[in-house]
Amino acid sequence: MKVPLNWLKEYVDITLPVPELAERMTLAGMEVETIEHIGADWDRDKILVGEIVEIRPHPDADRLTIAVVRCGSGDPEAVVTGAPNVKVGDRGQKVAFARNGARLIDGHSDELRYLTLKPSKIRGVLSAGMVCSEKELGLSGEHEGILILPDDAPVGMPLVDYLGDTVFDLDLNPNYARCLSIIGVAREVAALTGQKLKQQEPTMTAAGGSIADLVGIEISDPDLCSRYSATLIRGVHVGPSPLWLQRRLRLAGQRPVNCIVDITNYVMLELGQPLHAFDYQKLLGRAAGGRPVITVRRARPGEKLTTLDHIERQLEENMLLITDSSGPIALAGVIGGLETEISDDTTDVLLESANFDYLSNRRTSTLLHLPSEASLRFGRGIPPETTVPAAVRATEFMRQLAGGVIATGIADAYPVKPQQRTIELPRAEVERLLGVPLSRQRVVESLQALGFHCSSCSEEQPIQVTVPYYRLDVEISADLVEEVARMVGYDQIPSTLLRDELPPQRRNAALEADLRVRDLLVGCGLTEVITYSMTNLDSVARLDPTGPAPDPADYIRLANPLTPEREYLRRTLSNSLLEALRDNLRFSPRVALFEVARVYLPQTGQELPLEPRRIGIVLSGPKHPVHWNQPQPGLFDYFDLKGVVETLLSRLRISNAAFIAVEAPAYQSGRVARLVLQPGDVDVGLLGEVNPVVRDRFDLPAQRVCLAELDLEALLAHAPESYRFEAAGRYPASAQDMAVVVDEGLPAVQVSDCIRRAGGRLLRSAELFDIYRGEQIPQGKKSLAYSLRYQAPDRTLTDDDVARQHARIQRALEKELAAELRS
Amino acid sequence: MLDQLHEMEGRALAELAGHKTEQALEQWHVAFLGRKGALTELLRGIGRLSAEERPAFGQEANRVKTALEKAYEDRALTLKQEAALHQLAREQVDVTLPGRPIAPGFLHVSTRTLREIYDIFAAMGFQVVEAPEVETDIYNFQLLNMPPHHPARDMWNTFHTTHEGVLLRTHTSPGQIRVMLEHCPEPIRVILPGKCYRYEQVTARHEFMFYQVEGLAIGEHLTMADLKGTLASFARQMFGPERKVRFRASYFPFTEPSAELDIDCVLCGGKGCRVCKNSGWLEILGCGMVHPNVMRNGGYDPACYTGFAFGMGPERIAMLKYGIDDIRHFFANDLRFLQQFV
Ligand SMILES: [Zn+2]
Repeated sequence: MKVPLNWLKEYVDITLPVPELAERMTLAGMEVETIEHIGADWDRDKILVGEIVEIRPHPDADRLTIAVVRCGSGDPEAVVTGAPNVKVGDRGQKVAFARNGARLIDGHSDELRYLTLKPSKIRGVLSAGMVCSEKELGLSGEHEGILILPDDAPVGMPLVDYLGDTVFDLDLNPNYARCLSIIGVAREVAALTGQKLKQQEPTMTAAGGSIADLVGIEISDPDLCSRYSATLIRGVHVGPSPLWLQRRLRLAGQRPVNCIVDITNYVMLELGQPLHAFDYQKLLGRAAGGRPVITVRRARPGEKLTTLDHIERQLEENMLLITDSSGPIALAGVIGGLETEISDDTTDVLLESANFDYLSNRRTSTLLHLPSEASLRFGRGIPPETTVPAAVRATEFMRQLAGGVIATGIADAYPVKPQQRTIELPRAEVERLLGVPLSRQRVVESLQALGFHCSSCSEEQPIQVTVPYYRLDVEISADLVEEVARMVGYDQIPSTLLRDELPPQRRNAALEADLRVRDLLVGCGLTEVITYSMTNLDSVARLDPTGPAPDPADYIRLANPLTPEREYLRRTLSNSLLEALRDNLRFSPRVALFEVARVYLPQTGQELPLEPRRIGIVLSGPKHPVHWNQPQPGLFDYFDLKGVVETLLSRLRISNAAFIAVEAPAYQSGRVARLVLQPGDVDVGLLGEVNPVVRDRFDLPAQRVCLAELDLEALLAHAPESYRFEAAGRYPASAQDMAVVVDEGLPAVQVSDCIRRAGGRLLRSAELFDIYRGEQIPQGKKSLAYSLRYQAPDRTLTDDDVARQHARIQRALEKELAAELRS
Repeated sequence: MLDQLHEMEGRALAELAGHKTEQALEQWHVAFLGRKGALTELLRGIGRLSAEERPAFGQEANRVKTALEKAYEDRALTLKQEAALHQLAREQVDVTLPGRPIAPGFLHVSTRTLREIYDIFAAMGFQVVEAPEVETDIYNFQLLNMPPHHPARDMWNTFHTTHEGVLLRTHTSPGQIRVMLEHCPEPIRVILPGKCYRYEQVTARHEFMFYQVEGLAIGEHLTMADLKGTLASFARQMFGPERKVRFRASYFPFTEPSAELDIDCVLCGGKGCRVCKNSGWLEILGCGMVHPNVMRNGGYDPACYTGFAFGMGPERIAMLKYGIDDIRHFFANDLRFLQQFV
């Protein structure tokens, strides 16, 4: 909402300096977003109101004239102008005159550029300055002709005093609909600054016949239209509005059209009541000479209306219409019909000033994508009390500015009168909510300043607060407390620390685990990313080159996606991570990323999906940053990824994890494993190297890409809540190596499992330290070398003990895995 | 014979001084002090001396032996030291060469900021709770005092799903209701972090996905003064103890009275600049006393309980803290951005 302060001053005296007023309003909930000073850069003694004394022809140019301009007491000065709106022989017009040295906007430039007027000869004639266009003054883009001021403009007055203004642009919250009007803002300013509202009841001078004979009003659906008022003025002349009115509309952000439309807009901005003007002659035509009857009702099946914007609209049954005997003439409070629109030929105007239900209005304007200043106000709710004052003010304006005769009386159907609301404000309520003791008097004064009426039987009783008609937003005592706080100032409320009882404190294991997992992965050298939760199925399909396309039914789908790329809620992090990897590989050779985020899994029979958290990891490029000492580090491969996953498992104290060789479409065959946890054979996810075909489909370079996606919830379910300290053995350990020759195809995990089982409690650890194939080893076999450490908790092991254990392991390997020992 | 002994001593010492390796030293030892060495040879000839001469010669021979052994030890030690010095000299490096790089990982700046927020509120007794991102219209709007078509819904442009009445939460506030229903009638102090979504074109200032942290406190004696104290303390811990804070009236359908918390501009210190739109103030969070209807929807009697709630955006906080000028950096996941926050 743009508020020109000169307009505001008609309703309230402004007693504070502008910046202080803006701050006070902002603190009270009407945020002044910008303050625009109109004419602030107009030099007071160089840009003045002038009067044209004479227009003379230019001796050397047909298209130029010489304007002789008087500004106050000095001699008239001659300036050259090319303006087409002053002609030789003209005199008496009031203009904006700029002397040499004045700073103006360059009217010939498309960009905003300033220039300083210098004495110059134009086609041989010396010019003493300039008569300015609106563009040159920064008032509008108008540069066709010069600005002609009203006849009563005081000659010699600095233009800034005559045309200058300050405009507040208010960023209003939805419940400040009352401030979508000059009078609404004025009420607040008056209350905040202790001033009185300067308001007079509008009146109009009616000399025509009784309006009741000229138009009838019927409201068929009073649930959607609580009041419909109308006035009639006949014999108007539709033309441009006077400059002052155009100026105000422009400052308030509206474009002037003609005086009738401008007046409806002006009064709407001033009083907050949207108005609509019908061409009464057209209504008479539609009524075939009879008395037009306006009926407000819901649309009927199949009804259509061609609206002002020349679009024929199919109307829906819950839309509220303004109709006459021939059918719809407007969509109530949203847009008028084309046929009954005001045109330059209009002579008779029926002015509608009505109150429409905000929900119905919002629904219709949203459905038709027709936001407007009117539906902005109707859609937030306006009081029905303003229909008549607004109609009267606008009609009288029309009489004054467009001529014509006003029909006597107001057609006013008012089936639903609002109840006056009275709210009980208990004595302690203000302190209970605000934490500051305020005297009863202070509370009452605050509310009264805003127009609330307060009464009570005694000091101890609650205050009975009657809500003024224009405060539709105040419903309960907490609303009143806010009003008091706004008036007193939020800064008057003290700042205290919580003294209330501390609620039971409970640990949040899920969150703690989340923090720990992220820290662990960062500790492994990975960088956290956050990718969008929405994806598209094409991207998901890239993960599976041969399988069927993803089924949309498996996904939560947006009804209004921003783009088709972000239409579905994801079920996997993998595609987003591969995309993040691709983007980063363009400038960084080494990329190691992880994400912890939710996926969204619809559940049959449930409204809301499951939102389990997943861990995604991608690695690609050199394992280590390049260094002078190691210019060509190895590249990330499956075992780097597995190392990260194993670290995660061991730090979460998860044992009983198995990595099982599987086939999966996104991964390279033979370089992918499924992580399975016991008990329960729980599938935690896949880790491996990305299938080169999939790599290509994601536009990734031809280098190994490691990818893992793990179910965080499953991991956490297997992580013990607590664990116990284990003493390091006090007795010496004894180490011995063992090399085992087994079939090439035998997974190493079977060997180590067998060693551990056979080694029993005395075997503290068995580390695989070498894999050998080649000479001395038969074809199709491999040799695995383990370093075994034996240790007893209660004694020093003898050579015999170790030998016995070693032999037992050897026998188990031979028997269970047909392994041979290599010496 | 004594002369021979002294001549041998002189020769041995002279030779010793010339030896530079451990091996040569060893050979010298064998040659002079070994079982068949020069000294032993001389001692063998002791029989040719008279009985009177023998003790003196023996004594002198012993002195020579001790002296030579001592000279040998000294020489050996010197050689060892020289060798060690030589070795160290060879190990000298150019200390100005770059160190071997560690490739550390980085937490996302949003995660870091969330954790700062958790820590500050944890110290005031607020615990972290999470709530679903896919929500119902009922929780996201209706129970928060916004019936269908309520004008306040204009404040949140919503992503709807194809399932009627199911949407992506536009704020973390629906979690308030869930927490209240779960814990009523206990007092409550929680913060609810998480992703939120708004149907908005992405610009330097708006993302369609972002984090929010909601706060909720419910008790029998909580007031707006407690809200002010709690949040002012948060703002100063987050942005520095010298920050000025102000509360101004605002509107949220689920709080009454409602407020917004501003801090003096971190960039211009309140003088006015582009970031603070010349106001000198930066808005950092919205807050207010829990609306009685919301309190009731959560199971609490607003006549007995009061509460306050607040909501803030960690990305906005990080933008102000680190001077990030464009919110699109956060989820573009460019390592050159991500690896600046340590
Ligand atoms: Zn600033």
